[in-house]
Amino acid sequence: MFVASVIIVFCLFLSAEKEAKTNYQMLDSNKDSLKLEAMKRIVAMIARGKNASDLFPAVVKNVACKNIEVKKLVYVYLVRYAEEQQDLALLSISTFQRGLKDPNQLIRASALRVLSSIRVTIIVPIMMLAIKEAASDMSPYVRKTAAHAIPKLYSLDPEQKDQLIEVIEKLLADKTTLVAGSVVMAFEEVCPERIDLIHKNYRKLCNLLIDVEEWGQVVIINMLTRYARTQFLNPNMNVNEDEDEDEEEKEKKAETPAMAKRKPYVMDPDHRLLLRNTKPLLQSRNAAVVMAVAQLYFHLAPKAEVGVIAKALVRLLRSHSEVQYVVLQNVATMTIKRRGMFEPYLKSFYIRSTDPTQIKVLKLEVLTNLANETNISTILREFQTYIKSMDKDFVAATIQAIGRCATNIGEVRDTCLNGLVQLLSNRDELVVAESVVVIKKLLQMQPEKHSDIIKHMAKLTDNIQVPMARASILWLIGEYCEHVPKIAPDVLRKMAKSFTNEEDIVKLQIINLAAKLYLTNSKQTKLLTQYVLNLAKYDQNYDIRDRARFIRQLIVPTEKSGALSKYAKKLFLALKPAPVLESPFKDRDHFQLGSLSHLLNAKAGGYQELPDWPEAAPDPSVRNVEVKDSVRAVGTVTYRDTGALWDLQGPKKLEGSEKSDSASGSESGSGSEESYMLLFHANVYQPSLYNWALVSMTLHLVLCLQTIAPSSALKNYELLHRITGEGLSVEYCFSRQPFSPDANMVAVQMQFTNNATADTKNLHIEDVKLQSGMRVKEFSEIELLPAGETATAVMGIDFCDSTQAANFQLCTHTRKFFVSIQPPVGELMRPVFLTENEFKKEQGQLMGMNEITEKLTLDMKCRNEHTIVQRVTTAANLSRVPCGSDKECRFAGRTVSSSSLVLVTVATKEEGAAQLTVNCEKMVIGTMLVKDILLALTQ
Amino acid sequence: MIHSLFLVNASGDIFLEKHWKSVVSRSVCDYFFEAQERATEPENVPPVIPTPHHYLISVLRHRIYFVAVIQSEVPPLFVIEFLHRVVDTFQDYFGVCTEAAIKDNVVVVYELLEEMLDNGFPLATESNILKELIKPPTILRTMVNTITGSTNVGEQLPTGQLSVVPWRRTGVKYTNNEAYFDVVEEIDAIIDKSGSTITAEIQGVIDACVKLTGMPDLTLSFMNPRLLDDVSFHPCVRFKRWEAERILSFIPPDGNFRLLSYHVSSQNLVAIPVYVKHNITFREGSSQGRFDLTLGPKQTMGKAVESVLVSSQLPRGVLNANLNPSQGTYTFDPVTKMLSWDVGKINPQKLPSLKGTMSLQAGASKPDENPSINIQFKIQQMAISGCTQAGQTL
Repeated sequence: MFVASVIIVFCLFLSAEKEAKTNYQMLDSNKDSLKLEAMKRIVAMIARGKNASDLFPAVVKNVACKNIEVKKLVYVYLVRYAEEQQDLALLSISTFQRGLKDPNQLIRASALRVLSSIRVTIIVPIMMLAIKEAASDMSPYVRKTAAHAIPKLYSLDPEQKDQLIEVIEKLLADKTTLVAGSVVMAFEEVCPERIDLIHKNYRKLCNLLIDVEEWGQVVIINMLTRYARTQFLNPNMNVNEDEDEDEEEKEKKAETPAMAKRKPYVMDPDHRLLLRNTKPLLQSRNAAVVMAVAQLYFHLAPKAEVGVIAKALVRLLRSHSEVQYVVLQNVATMTIKRRGMFEPYLKSFYIRSTDPTQIKVLKLEVLTNLANETNISTILREFQTYIKSMDKDFVAATIQAIGRCATNIGEVRDTCLNGLVQLLSNRDELVVAESVVVIKKLLQMQPEKHSDIIKHMAKLTDNIQVPMARASILWLIGEYCEHVPKIAPDVLRKMAKSFTNEEDIVKLQIINLAAKLYLTNSKQTKLLTQYVLNLAKYDQNYDIRDRARFIRQLIVPTEKSGALSKYAKKLFLALKPAPVLESPFKDRDHFQLGSLSHLLNAKAGGYQELPDWPEAAPDPSVRNVEVKDSVRAVGTVTYRDTGALWDLQGPKKLEGSEKSDSASGSESGSGSEESYMLLFHANVYQPSLYNWALVSMTLHLVLCLQTIAPSSALKNYELLHRITGEGLSVEYCFSRQPFSPDANMVAVQMQFTNNATADTKNLHIEDVKLQSGMRVKEFSEIELLPAGETATAVMGIDFCDSTQAANFQLCTHTRKFFVSIQPPVGELMRPVFLTENEFKKEQGQLMGMNEITEKLTLDMKCRNEHTIVQRVTTAANLSRVPCGSDKECRFAGRTVSSSSLVLVTVATKEEGAAQLTVNCEKMVIGTMLVKDILLALTQ
Repeated sequence: MIHSLFLVNASGDIFLEKHWKSVVSRSVCDYFFEAQERATEPENVPPVIPTPHHYLISVLRHRIYFVAVIQSEVPPLFVIEFLHRVVDTFQDYFGVCTEAAIKDNVVVVYELLEEMLDNGFPLATESNILKELIKPPTILRTMVNTITGSTNVGEQLPTGQLSVVPWRRTGVKYTNNEAYFDVVEEIDAIIDKSGSTITAEIQGVIDACVKLTGMPDLTLSFMNPRLLDDVSFHPCVRFKRWEAERILSFIPPDGNFRLLSYHVSSQNLVAIPVYVKHNITFREGSSQGRFDLTLGPKQTMGKAVESVLVSSQLPRGVLNANLNPSQGTYTFDPVTKMLSWDVGKINPQKLPSLKGTMSLQAGASKPDENPSINIQFKIQQMAISGCTQAGQTL
């Protein structure tokens, strides 16, 4: 038996092993169909929650596969496991970076989407760059994807917040419906407190709202609700309250009548715009949109207009039970504040026998809230039917509801009480118990009239077993023992007999009853009380023992007992206030309706408080947009608004729709500058590295480079300008010398010039802020830099082969300056000497993922070998590798930190055409290097 | 927004998980299972369950729980509505949304979920776009795929996402252009034991199947649009036009979709097209009860009442029922005490009835509640609300 099971286990192990192997083999094969099959198996494993991370290297290799389905499944895998295998995940980055430059907008978008989903901190700068570029892409779809990527980057590295806010600000100004929803979602996740960003875009958002996709609508409406609460005045401040208004609110209004009367309320036109534009969305098919509009109206609309939402909410009650559950919760809150709104729909809240219990209970809640003098009789008739239901939890809730109706509406109190008393003879114990509890609460309001009910209940103690009910009865008898002087001692006698078998809450009430009887009728009950207290003294529960000891001291006067016992009667038989039965939904409306926090009645993480109305309206002019823009906003052709227009055009409708399509497309493309438009038309088919908006900028940059840096000399960068440095100016260059104290550091030569009239002392570095892994070797302190003098120093920085900036403070004896040094990628390497054969051998090992090839057209001035070599070596710190062919130039280097090999080949062809190949183990470095060299050679 | 999704079957196994952000351990579902245990009925599991670090929002469809894990404030309806949309999409793709169907098509399911949410925020939920991205599996396609090695993923990139009419595919071509509109009305009424209607409301939907070439723009008008006092539309319908002229004007999606649903409120008098005569009694002391039920049509304008299904939850004390239907078949489940009677078509000349006795638990007292009776039926070619279509133009 044992052997057999071992064999089975072993076989299973083997087969699992075999499967993993075959997956490996299949992924390595050349056939797409085999790869696909393997990927499908792997995805199925992930779906079942099995760990498939060991296949990571084999899968990631296929990231550049031609087959779309394989590629997509690889993406699924990659996003799932990248976090666990950060180093290997980096292998895939260059593929996405290439995708970001694809001429097809959908490929650009999907590359950005996957790139931003890879949760690896090292690529944060790459993501940031990609998002920034995509945010000014000409395709709205890519911009939408950029908006989606913002929260991803934010959750990965919250320190990027400031930069991300800039991107959000830019995207908020976008005029397409596609982007609006996504960017507001990003806004809500990253910077919901920056309400000032909304001002300029408020009217545009209101106008676009109806054409935004439904999920975006929900997010925008919720955000605008909060916005409106901070910017507009309370529309209800002058309205005379209806009768169903809360007492509390009445008081509030009474306090401020003078202020309210002083100025007639005029609604801000922007406030009106919001209400008008959201109203049609009540007819959305999406329950979340309807709920969002409903809460907006509830929180923002004048009282007279809130009614429109009732109908839509009632419609949602026909939806799935989960939707009903949420809607009913919100309706319950609304009915407390605005009862009149739902009264016409009373019957829609009647309970169906097929409803789940939780829905029934919520409907009861709403019905109870809606009950008033006029409809109470119909509601009670309904309740009578409900009590016969088979669902006991529901029956219990109904009895509670009856109790609440009875307390709220005086006229029916007796009717309800009689009904409940009848229920006491019900066969179901739970019903009886619940009734007892409710009757107890009702009786507390007017006990004198109902001593017969108390007598009736006293009889029940023989039969009823539910502890809560027994406790309630005992409390009632004790409390009103004067009304039933004959029965009470007898009940105590029975209870004393069964004391030891009772539940704890019952025992406590027995002690209470005994104490109260002792005080009112000590002649009959003295011995009984003593007996009960003695039993309680040895009870297992310490609460009961404590209570017994405490009560004995109070009621049985001894020489030791203090002054308190004199007041025992007052203590025990004081008039107790009747309990207030109120809805659990009271005061829940301080949470924004429709929110998770409202549903749970507790603040959920990330919940934004709904602000109170401002006392005086903030300046409405902040929402004004320059004339040009507002004309455009009006001119934005939206699908639904143009419906009527199109029909006038008759048969040209279709053209109209296409025209509007292209019109809004180009409109979105046109940003603020007209020149940008021109560029976009001129270059529309040319694949390019950069986004069109950036083209002009880069051109400019390159021009600057050429003027500043003669190619042979080292390029100087400014670290501190003499104006900001108050006379001290600092420049630095990458000296390209080995840094002797630490070979893994890049040497940075700094030149300090003191342009001020006074001397500068104690120049040194402080407070170095670095990404993990980076190190800095500071230069030794310069003690004195006289006025007009210049000094140089060399410091070493280990950039860890990344282009992340090293931030530090440069301190003098008086001031501190924040500065940062960010290396171009070409400075992160040192030249190595290789022979032609070594070069070929190394290159052969760095194929596939590690090789990046770009075609380019050489600049006119740069078509001879000499200039090519000069430009490449200026761009990157590489050394030339001898080469037999004069058509090829080869360069080699190693990165400073990790000594990864970097090989560059420039092969020239006819007419300035050339091909650039970079082989590097570090994909990120390779990609960036290609970019830089390309720039150097083409311009 | 939505962090993760777990699919849980009726027996409490997690058979699929998908994460859109960092991976959330499946142990978070333990809180869900706890709530499930506490709930007596499967539909009584609360849709929103708070846990120390996450919130679980779940929907129950086709006996599968779709449990979404979220971490911060998000409108619960947003998540619920999205989950229902996911189920609708699965149903659209696989015909049924069962555990077996999902397990068989796990890769397609995964691809769909990947496209529908990006970082937990809905990306593409329109069925037209999704079908362009990922083709639904059909038997034929599965066969072709296995032979030729081609794939389910669309080769060309979907352009629908980019247009102002995101719900419609571009480049649609049909040789036969046709459009069908189905008006389905459901009446929902509560009737007391004496037969008078307490509340009745009509819920109607217009489902359309449009197969038209190009970018058609349709208008649809009604004879009596005022009947439809509360309407919700597919996003393609232009609100303004409806508000002003009560005409439906829209560019339809391609294929099947729900154009609008409407609600005729209880203020209007609704004639219920069937009636029930019932006599269910339990005698005190004896362990027998009598059961007598007769159905009849009323105000059906001569149309036949079809596929009638009567179900009733009998009191717990009932051990068994020995009944005799005049037509159709009946079943009684002694565990759940659910009696269901499949009547079929009502013949006005010979009214269907179900008579017989019930045996009660010996010694149990007479049940004090009367069972409620649910009746489902269909009437072809009749709209109870009296809503009629006036005309349509292209």
